[in-house]
Amino acid sequence: MPAYSKFTQQELPACKPLLTPEIVIAAFALIGALFVPIGLASLHASRQVVELVHRYDASCVPVDDKVGFIQNSRTDKTCTVTMTVPKYMKSPIHVYYLIDGFYQNHRRYVRSRSDKQLRYKSAAHLTSDCVPEGDTADHAPIVPCGLVAWSLFNDTYTVRVNGVVTQVNKKDIAWKSDKNNKFGKNIYPSNFQKGRLIGGATLNESIPLSEQEDLIVWMRTAALPTFRKLYGRIEKDINANDNVTVVIQNNYNTYSFGGSKALVLSTASWIGGKNNFIGIAYLTIGGLCLSLAMGFLVLYMVKRRYVS
Amino acid sequence: MKRFVYINDESYQNDYCDNQISNTKYTLWNFLPKNLWEQFRRFMNQYFLLIACLQLWSLITPVNPASTWGPLIVIFAVSATKEAWDDYNRYISDKQANEKKVWIVKNGARKHIQAQDIRVGNIVWIRENEEVPCDLVLTGTSEPQGICHVETAALDGEIDLKTRVIPTTCIGLDSEQLHKIKGVIECPIPDKDIRRFDANIRLFPPFIDNDICPLTINNTLLQSCYLRNTEWACGVAVYTGNETKLGMSRGVPEPKLTAMDAMIDKLTGAIFLFQLAVVVVLGSAGNVWKDTEARKQWYVKYDDDEPWYQILVIPLRFELLCSIMIPISIKVSLDFVKSMYAKFIDWDEEIYDQETDTPAHAANTAISEDLGQVEYILTDKTGTLTENKMIFRRCCIAGTLYGNESGDALKDIELLNAVADNSPHVIKFLTVMALCNTVIPIKSPSGTISYKAQSQDEDALVNAASNLHVVLVSKNGNNAEIHFNRRVIQYEILDILEFTSDRKRMSIVISDSQSGKIFLLSKGADEAILPLAYCGQQIKTFVDAVDKYAQLGLRTLCLGWRELSLEEYLEWSRLFKEANSALVDREWKVAEVCQKLEHTLDILGISAIEDRLQDGVPETIEILRQSGINFWMLTGDKQSTAIQIALLCNLISSEPKGQLLYINGKTEDEVARSLERVLLTMRITSSEPKELAFVVDGWALEIILTRYKEAFTELAVLSKTAICCRVTPSQKAQLVKLLKSCDYRTLAIGDGGNDVRMIQQAHIGVGISGREGLQAARAADYSIGKFRFLKRLILVHGRYSYNRTAFLSQYSFYKSLLICFIQILFSFVSGIAGTSLFNSVSLMAYNVFYTSIPVLTTVLDKDLSEKTVTQNPEILLYCQAGRLLNPSTFAGWFGRSLYHAIVVFLITIHAYANEKSEMEELSMVALSGSIWLQAFVVTLEMSSFTFLQFLAIWGNFAAFYVINLCISTIPTAGMYTIMFRLCRQPSYWITMLVSITIMFF
Repeated sequence: MPAYSKFTQQELPACKPLLTPEIVIAAFALIGALFVPIGLASLHASRQVVELVHRYDASCVPVDDKVGFIQNSRTDKTCTVTMTVPKYMKSPIHVYYLIDGFYQNHRRYVRSRSDKQLRYKSAAHLTSDCVPEGDTADHAPIVPCGLVAWSLFNDTYTVRVNGVVTQVNKKDIAWKSDKNNKFGKNIYPSNFQKGRLIGGATLNESIPLSEQEDLIVWMRTAALPTFRKLYGRIEKDINANDNVTVVIQNNYNTYSFGGSKALVLSTASWIGGKNNFIGIAYLTIGGLCLSLAMGFLVLYMVKRRYVS
Repeated sequence: MKRFVYINDESYQNDYCDNQISNTKYTLWNFLPKNLWEQFRRFMNQYFLLIACLQLWSLITPVNPASTWGPLIVIFAVSATKEAWDDYNRYISDKQANEKKVWIVKNGARKHIQAQDIRVGNIVWIRENEEVPCDLVLTGTSEPQGICHVETAALDGEIDLKTRVIPTTCIGLDSEQLHKIKGVIECPIPDKDIRRFDANIRLFPPFIDNDICPLTINNTLLQSCYLRNTEWACGVAVYTGNETKLGMSRGVPEPKLTAMDAMIDKLTGAIFLFQLAVVVVLGSAGNVWKDTEARKQWYVKYDDDEPWYQILVIPLRFELLCSIMIPISIKVSLDFVKSMYAKFIDWDEEIYDQETDTPAHAANTAISEDLGQVEYILTDKTGTLTENKMIFRRCCIAGTLYGNESGDALKDIELLNAVADNSPHVIKFLTVMALCNTVIPIKSPSGTISYKAQSQDEDALVNAASNLHVVLVSKNGNNAEIHFNRRVIQYEILDILEFTSDRKRMSIVISDSQSGKIFLLSKGADEAILPLAYCGQQIKTFVDAVDKYAQLGLRTLCLGWRELSLEEYLEWSRLFKEANSALVDREWKVAEVCQKLEHTLDILGISAIEDRLQDGVPETIEILRQSGINFWMLTGDKQSTAIQIALLCNLISSEPKGQLLYINGKTEDEVARSLERVLLTMRITSSEPKELAFVVDGWALEIILTRYKEAFTELAVLSKTAICCRVTPSQKAQLVKLLKSCDYRTLAIGDGGNDVRMIQQAHIGVGISGREGLQAARAADYSIGKFRFLKRLILVHGRYSYNRTAFLSQYSFYKSLLICFIQILFSFVSGIAGTSLFNSVSLMAYNVFYTSIPVLTTVLDKDLSEKTVTQNPEILLYCQAGRLLNPSTFAGWFGRSLYHAIVVFLITIHAYANEKSEMEELSMVALSGSIWLQAFVVTLEMSSFTFLQFLAIWGNFAAFYVINLCISTIPTAGMYTIMFRLCRQPSYWITMLVSITIMFF
């Protein structure tokens, strides 16, 4: 006699949802009713954000040979841009640099780093992952090693609002967890940017890695070839029609690969920076669901009458 | 090739192996290499090993090699452990058998040794109820007549006791002499035929006059049989160890592959080709992009002169990225659900036979899906459709029909009176009934007699004879004793001309101990006996009676006899002995000799035995036919009986609804013409709503199968029903093979040893554990107690299994393709360099955990209730046609995975653009999106939900968050804090919600 139980007899109580027309119509209506408000809220939040984007890579190089200009260490790369703020911006105002066409997610690039080396003092020699920026020519380990660190962004911005120099706060721009755990407090840069080719910014060797916030931000590699990274924060409100003048040290080479650079000033809301995508997606789906629900309802009514 | 066994002679003993039985596949030393070798013979495993090895090259691997090595090692370890455990159990049971103590004769004295030390030529002593340790040739028993009884259940599943006799040359040796005999046995080299042993024995002087004595299977005690009802027996070991009949017949049958497995393999191959195409396209695109664009990206710092193999790096990276397209989990998942299907069959109460206390059993756990795709059922008749409980109902003796009114000849006054009046014809008839058989009467201490018979027909005849006061009381060796009206009649059984399916009759030669007269008693099928009637005997009444009985669905046997002169007998006896000691073609030679004696018979009468239909057979056949399954009945019985049973059980309809087409004829031409005619009728009427069936007998079938196979194949395709009567076991198997060659899924169901070959040949073999022993049930993939359980086996278990596996297998590909497509899409925004969006842990967990566990609960899914299915059997057509798993449904799943991948990817990169586009976060958002989708896809695809499904789907969903939150607390992990960050962002949850709604469109 086989052991009897509901399980062995495949008779466990089961619920069996049936997709009746009523349920389908109700489901679509419910989704629509849920999605339209969420979409409106997101869109509203996104529209609340005031965002200024100024592309400066072309305008900041006066000559035709842009690559030659940027690679020449003796040219004056100072450049001034002026923007007018269209709407009141409440502090904190985030200052981002935007790079387009830069593949921080390239297989060769993204792997060229040593997290152990950044974390532990004793691991300075662990540079095998960092090829081709692991060791100097005389086999001394580079700290921080790897292509990611080597290509650190080095444009600088000085901001004036209506002619008044305004402090851009570069404290706490990196993730706290990175500062506390990923980058060692007792690890100092060494042999960095000492090779034949200089990649990007140099680092102050007297400051530990955990305080090198620009580096920490940069080393949070972007997943897409267009990305913004936090440069700093302006902790002062800016009024509508104020003139913002930014003096840029245009050092970073995006010219050889045809990329672009821009400066972004943006406030933030609960969904983050300006991003209409989610709001539009929700409104589209919500609207679609509502109209489907309506359509089905009409069909259902007609058919029922037809049948009866 | 022959083997010479020298009895009791130690100088020859080392020529053959000892009696150590070994069923183990491995030894301690060869386990690892042998097991690995076996596992790596599968394409899938080779593929995964190659991928795992490629991953060791850090330049190309997108993920940690552990993500493939881990699951691979686990899968290998699981299957190796299972093998090792099975093998260990075999080793233990071997050891027990090998170390069992047995008595053998050594240097003229009995010694107690371990069974494994028995050598060929040793004389082995066995006591009552002991197991025979190796194949022996019987030389002595405790019974004075030189017989002993054995139970052969372990060998062939038949539960009756069989009589074994000592060779004539050994008769009369006492126990003292048995210790000393010397001689030689000439026997064939070991084979696995348990019904045949063509050998001879010659004892050396001084024992016997150096005469060669033939040996048959009746002179042997085979390994694993038990000695019963006999105090002791002894014999010479001829085959030992793994060379015994049992040892040779062991062996792993070819594993059966279901239609679904074949389809899954095909689809896997297609995916593999697709993967190669992707690798080639993306690999070349990657190399082009690298040479044109990436060299301008100064921060990537490509060297100008690279080693030659760099051109392979990007394609190989894509190969590794795409390797998950073929899910590593699918084999384990399939094995799991398949064994669950089998368990559900074993557990099912509704197909548990209370009468005989036999549950259904799935011996082959891998082919349940095929049950749902059966198109042809080939069924045996006797014991399968019928009860195989034979009851003597009517008889026709010397032209008088008895039992016509009451339907029970035993209650027919006329017959009882005839017996009381000593009517000579009736007495002769009853004597043949009681004597012409191989039944063994067993007298219980209380004096009642029970009969042990190998054939149910014989059992019915002997019992009926005893009810009519002709009682077979005992059979001691060659002496049979009959009680008739308080008179005791002794007979000596001189020879038994055994029944074979070719001869279709059996005879026995007896001599009356009083008068010394010698008689030949014969019984058999009417067409095997009636032609042997003496010239001038009126057999018309018998032919009519046979027809009449057959129309009632009764099994008829024709009984006849003849008195032999002593000279004729002696002359024949010599030939018979010769034929019996032939070493080659013995069966054929014996049949030839038998024919020489079986002629000019005096036909005594016809016995008619009823074999009732099993319960529920007509309904079962009706329902299964509605579900589109075609039935062929293959039986050894005669045409009229077969047709009668077929009508009774709804297999065919009577006119005018149905029409039977007969293929018959004696010569090739006749058969060919007949076949042509039937084929023509079939072609013409195939569009009419008439139920056509053809009937063919074994003789015509033999001609057709050798000569007109194409025409018959066409007929087989056209005809939904067929009745093949008088067919031999090998013809049954040939018919199965023929249907298989037309690409039909076949199920063969039978209960007896003659069905074994067809059961093994068919895609699915079902055995009925019935009265004819367990032989069929043992060879079968499924064994059930009653024919009617077939309905549930097919409609419920088969259909559910098919549906569940269809979902599981396609889903496994879908979820792997989904994650793979996301990776491919990501490569378009990462410079086609083969960057993995997901980290190693997530990828591995996704494949072997998050997406594998919930879907396993599909074993509990029921799309329709069991009742609905049995009430609307037409629904099975979907499974038969393979509607749920075929290239187009698979294309649907493929498209779905592409669509879902695009949705998840686009939403992720748009929602997490700009300042949010951090690698780890984006990766986790895309992964979460996939996991959310999976939960809903599985929910949507399942039709019924028990708490276990809820638990698996949503528990797994919760586990995803718990596990990732846990990983996010590890500072060294790449994912450190990521999940906490995401869970705090409203935009994360909003993104998830929108991802899953897109799924509905």
